[in-house]
Amino acid sequence: MTTTSRSVISSGAERAGRRWSRRLAVLLLPLAVALPPGTADAEYADVVLNRLSEAADMAPVIFPHWFHRVRFRCKVCHSDSELGFKMRVGANPMDMQRLQEGEYCGACHNGQIAWGLENCELCHSGKMGLPTHIKGGHETSGPGRW
Amino acid sequence: MVLLAGLAMTSPAVAQEAAPKHKPLAEDGLHDPDLPGVHMLQEPGDVLGHLPATTSGNLVDWNKAVRDGYIEPRATLLDRGEVKTLDLDIYLPNTGDAKVVRFPHLEHSEWLDCNNCHPVPFAEEVGATPMSMLEILMGEYCGICHGAVAFPLTECSRCHSVDYDDYLKIRDQQRR
Repeated sequence: MTTTSRSVISSGAERAGRRWSRRLAVLLLPLAVALPPGTADAEYADVVLNRLSEAADMAPVIFPHWFHRVRFRCKVCHSDSELGFKMRVGANPMDMQRLQEGEYCGACHNGQIAWGLENCELCHSGKMGLPTHIKGGHETSGPGRW
Repeated sequence: MVLLAGLAMTSPAVAQEAAPKHKPLAEDGLHDPDLPGVHMLQEPGDVLGHLPATTSGNLVDWNKAVRDGYIEPRATLLDRGEVKTLDLDIYLPNTGDAKVVRFPHLEHSEWLDCNNCHPVPFAEEVGATPMSMLEILMGEYCGICHGAVAFPLTECSRCHSVDYDDYLKIRDQQRR
């Protein structure tokens, strides 16, 4: 494989090292394809919100898109005329104060349309240490896997 | 080694068939099963398992679910609201070796308002918004939703669906 002049002038140890790293790469390549990071267990489009939660000793919020999508069309939450959520995780500057004033999640989660904000643990239900992100991309897809 | 690599590469499909379609929340890797709230929430399998199926994303054909009345998602916060659909297909022919993209306004307007997509990120004039597959894969344009919440970008043929020759016929018909 490496029969170039570079390998001739390199030391035996270097050559052995390269050989092993190449073998390791060949071994690990199928693993990398077979086991993409963050496997397919969570539902597609689940959102983890942990910009403020953990710093305030609360579990991160898990927002299930699927649950809300069964009940509301996208535009209800994602149009300026109603809730105004920007379609980018982390782009919405919400905090509990704003929720209590009826903004963002607080427009529904007020004990009238959906459960009130006093039910902390129903939203703050994620594992500590999860970064803010959305479960998506190729990770949760079906046969069309990259 | 090649055989080993081949075996390893086919394993995800086998694993997916064996695993339950929708994991319980307590086992999904995001929820903390030690927190009491997790066990009070609706399980995805109890809902999504009863909707028309596809093979990607939430494994739900959301458009069929609405069209056939499995679900009636509200169009406003407080009531069913009015859904103004637009039955207009847009074709994107500059797709290299891939098939021409057919963008159906109909399915999109079931869920979204015009102003969700117009004028940002898409100008209303056809062809006025240059975009590349790379940008879409990076989460821009179509990739804002497709790959995050709408069907993922691994479903190439759901967008790249029209042969170029057929596109030329459609274009000629539209010009008449």
